[in-house]
Amino acid sequence: MYDFSYHKPSSLAEAAKALGSAEDGKLMAGGMTLIPTLKQRLARPSDVIDLGGIVELKGIRRAGNALVIGAMARHAEVAHSDVVRSAIPALAELAEGIGDPQVRNRGTIGGSIANADPAADYPAAVVGLGATVETNKRKIAADDFFKGLFETALEDGEIVTAVSFPIPEKAAYMKFPNPASRYAIVGAFVAKTGGGVRVAVTGAGPSVFRVAAMEQALAKSFTPDAIKDIKVAADGLNADIHASAEYRAHLVTVMARRAVAAAAG
Amino acid sequence: MSETGIGAAVRRKEDFRFLTGQGTYTDDINRPGQLHAVILRSPHAHAAIRGIDTAAAAAAAGVVAVFTAKDMAADGVGGLPCGWQIHSKDGSPMIEPPHPALATDRVRHVGDPVAVVIAETKAQAREAAELIAVDYQPLPAVASAAEAQKPGAPQLFDAAPGNLCFDWHLGDKAQADAAFARAAHVAKLDIVNNRLIPNAMEPRAAIGEYDKATGEYTLYTTSQNPHVIRLLMGAFVLHIPEHKLRVVAPDVGGGFGSKIYHYAEEAIVTWAAGKVRRPVKWTADRSESFMSDAHGRDHATHAELALDKDGKFLGLKVSTIANMGGYLSTFAPAIPTYLYATLLAGTYTTPVIYCEVKAIFTNTVPVDAYRGAGRPEATYILERLVDTAAREMRIDPAELRRRNFIPKDAYPYQTPVALQYDSGDYFTTLDKALAAADYAGFARRRDEAARRGKLRGIGLATYIEACGIAPSAVAGSLGARAGLYEAAEIRVHPTGSVTVFTGSHSHGQGHETTFAQLVADRLGIPIENVEVSHGDTDKIPFGMGTYGSRSLAVGGSAIVKALDKVVAKGRKIAAHLLEAAEADIQFKDGKYVVEGTDRAKSFGEVALTAYVPHNYPIEELEPGLDESAFYDPKNFTFPSGAHVAEVEIDRDTGIVELVNFTACDDFGRIINPLIVEGQVHGGLVQGIGQALLENCVYDPEGQLLTGSYMDYCMPRASDVPSFAVSTNTTLCTHNPLGVKGCGEAGAIGAPAAVMNAVLDALSPLGIRHLDMPASPERVWRAIQQHSLAQAAE
Ligand SMILES: Cc1cc2nc3c(=O)[nH]c(=O)nc-3n(C[C@H](O)[C@H](O)[C@H](O)COP(=O)(O)OP(=O)(O)OC[C@H]3O[C@@H](n4cnc5c(N)ncnc54)[C@H](O)[C@@H]3O)c2cc1C
Repeated sequence: MYDFSYHKPSSLAEAAKALGSAEDGKLMAGGMTLIPTLKQRLARPSDVIDLGGIVELKGIRRAGNALVIGAMARHAEVAHSDVVRSAIPALAELAEGIGDPQVRNRGTIGGSIANADPAADYPAAVVGLGATVETNKRKIAADDFFKGLFETALEDGEIVTAVSFPIPEKAAYMKFPNPASRYAIVGAFVAKTGGGVRVAVTGAGPSVFRVAAMEQALAKSFTPDAIKDIKVAADGLNADIHASAEYRAHLVTVMARRAVAAAAG
Repeated sequence: MSETGIGAAVRRKEDFRFLTGQGTYTDDINRPGQLHAVILRSPHAHAAIRGIDTAAAAAAAGVVAVFTAKDMAADGVGGLPCGWQIHSKDGSPMIEPPHPALATDRVRHVGDPVAVVIAETKAQAREAAELIAVDYQPLPAVASAAEAQKPGAPQLFDAAPGNLCFDWHLGDKAQADAAFARAAHVAKLDIVNNRLIPNAMEPRAAIGEYDKATGEYTLYTTSQNPHVIRLLMGAFVLHIPEHKLRVVAPDVGGGFGSKIYHYAEEAIVTWAAGKVRRPVKWTADRSESFMSDAHGRDHATHAELALDKDGKFLGLKVSTIANMGGYLSTFAPAIPTYLYATLLAGTYTTPVIYCEVKAIFTNTVPVDAYRGAGRPEATYILERLVDTAAREMRIDPAELRRRNFIPKDAYPYQTPVALQYDSGDYFTTLDKALAAADYAGFARRRDEAARRGKLRGIGLATYIEACGIAPSAVAGSLGARAGLYEAAEIRVHPTGSVTVFTGSHSHGQGHETTFAQLVADRLGIPIENVEVSHGDTDKIPFGMGTYGSRSLAVGGSAIVKALDKVVAKGRKIAAHLLEAAEADIQFKDGKYVVEGTDRAKSFGEVALTAYVPHNYPIEELEPGLDESAFYDPKNFTFPSGAHVAEVEIDRDTGIVELVNFTACDDFGRIINPLIVEGQVHGGLVQGIGQALLENCVYDPEGQLLTGSYMDYCMPRASDVPSFAVSTNTTLCTHNPLGVKGCGEAGAIGAPAAVMNAVLDALSPLGIRHLDMPASPERVWRAIQQHSLAQAAE
């Protein structure tokens, strides 16, 4: 780890200021990705701004027909929150399936989506539920938020404050974990709302994506059989020693089908 | 049986210390004035070193010294020695290239040490290591042994054309060919034993220290055998005489073989401590462990089993290419040879066996013994072949095994591959395992799984292992450059408590408990009054350490021999005190009793007399009660067992779920059933890990793709079912305790049992072979291909 200046602001405004005045500042949520990156000397920020002391970023609440989760909510909090469990149980289950207990007790939803790891779970829920990402500057629709591999719509100095999830009629997440890391090789989030059906897939490609053909088929018939023959193309999907692009493409259909079965059942 | 004696399930004495974070591991030790070493390692699989510029690093903050191979050579430091010599078929000795502690003119694997920075803090050393400029000229590299032996492959050493280290064989090829000519059926397999990375929980660490006043060196190191390290490093590498070198292996957090070997870092910190005149500490981070701890397995084999029409085995032919990595690790040549081919008889009467092994250098981390060491490789081939034959000949796999088991009354049994088994009963062991696994009821479970859309399979493996390594003369005749006895000293203190000094080393095996049980049982004293000391060459007698499931069979036997001497001397003292003839005195339950009377002296009273010899047969007997013994085993021990795995496969994803695992093992006499069960569980998880999860992957250019837990899949608790384990005991006939060893059994039986179960589940689709690990995509692809093929028919 290289030397850096450490800040622990107690308000969002202070955090924004510290970030703005730093030469090459980095926000830190739970540090679950950031700290390993620093330890491996892959990043050399001038300043690290710890978001852990900012009350505005904490908490989980119901706001009308939406569930609002503060950026600093830990995965374990989401997994065990009664509010989440009653509003969107699929989201609690997704959070429960992230990493291991240490990671769940440190990692945050804000850190996860800001990082936009192609194999992260939350992006599937954010896009699958058509959530809105709230920052200190604006509100960003899920479909506009994830831009590519480790790439989001966040601008310099922008801090995720919360994610607002519309509450669906039915939803489920099915994950095929990487046996080693337990990140998603393929994760499919399926949600049915008044506005229609969304199918969002993480792990398979460079960034989370929706499967329009499945959404249309499920809008007509919300059953696993409705999508059993819908395949995504392997072209451009991720490939590694654990799963080829072809296998991932196959798993997209399997996981989506199982998610529909779980949501419908 | 007493509550703490032989056979009692005593809870491990050492666990309180471990579970409350009070163990003392090497990295917990900090010496006054200690500096920190960081080792710069090669990022290339293969490259020439044209120059190393250390000036900027040497000038960096906190840096005390930067050393390269040149500095070590200037001091006459030698290369790391190999402890086992193999001869090729033509009688020529194996090619033994130099193995410098720091690379000289070439690096041969990613992680090969190139320079060391020594600084006041680890962070400073790390910072400075980045400033070293190494001028590498990358060379073509090769990671696979099968590729490396081909013409035109990149060459690692001028002295080893074709990257061949040795081309060895065992058995009579002509006889084997003749047996095959008579066969009614021949089962064949091309089979890979996947490379594994050991991943002990505690990464390796070493602290070197030099005492200016006495000229003595001390090395604290994560070792399974401190005396072996002292001998190898002192005599061959640093030329420090033994009386000036102390090696301490304190608490060690797991080894599985990977901490047997003499590693470069041990020599580097010890030598550097002498150079800078301050203690020097090095601790591997996990990424370093992945690329510098000796790896395990990595065989590619063609094997054939000949059977007559009734399924009797007539002969076995095995041809293996073994990957040695970039250099020869300490015991590497022994693993794919004498610890492998000699095990190919397994539990069977196969009359003729021929095995040939080509050992090949590649641009990968050196390979050496890893839990089981050669025996899992042998068992895997044999048991997969037996199942293949059973399927092809439509004979039940359990029945085919029974037809070929060595009969119960055939011991001692001489195999065609050098070993002589002293005892065993494979029939009863198999029957017990099958009953516990409800083998008979499997068809019902398979049908029920099929209704849920799952493919269910059951698989067996029987195994034999050669443990209790080893009779020194035999080992010597096979190429070992060391004896393989074990040593023990029993020091009885004046009030009758006891310290045991053993040459064995515990790094998770529970010796502090098991050995104390031996003493408590023999001397009739409370187990709390026994302390077991191991790991410090200044305290313990010269012993060979712990590996190959040898500690109880060899180290425990040495303890028993020393205890016998203690008891015998105590009898003389008691006879004097009780004014009775020695022959009339019995030692029982901690008391010397004059036979037929109630006149007795307790062990404590006798001990006190030995050290306060006021009333003592001083003319005939020396004072004191302190005895030592060396035990050189008469033969190997032969634990055996039968393992049964049951799996369910999800056709859509290829995920294999292990639903049941049953093991019945013959470990000889059990001293502590709790510890034995723990050893079996740990071994099974490692074996299951190899079959389903673990895999070391290099890309064709020799870059390690599984260099962290993001990609190297260690088994977790949730990956395995609750195990059903039991034992079926036949006693070892040639050691005093009748013990055989249990440390590696799980890792030996499990891979074959699991893979046989996977292939049983897949056999309805016509799939007859898959290599380990049976990862989801591999299984899914096989299902896809065979479903398509079946559909086409
Ligand atoms: C062993 C392990 C296993 C894991 N397994 C999984 C898994 O199975 N599934 C999964 O989805 N994830 C997994 N993760 C990732 C984990 O869930 C974390 O969400 C992720 O690492 C981010 O961690 P963090 O929240 O602590 O953020 P940090 O590491 O602190 O930050 C991550 C990045 O986000 C930025 N950032 C943080 N907060 C904000 C904010 N409010 N606004 C803007 N930028 C911000 C930081 O600057 C940094 O660049 C795993 C991680 C580990 C270490």
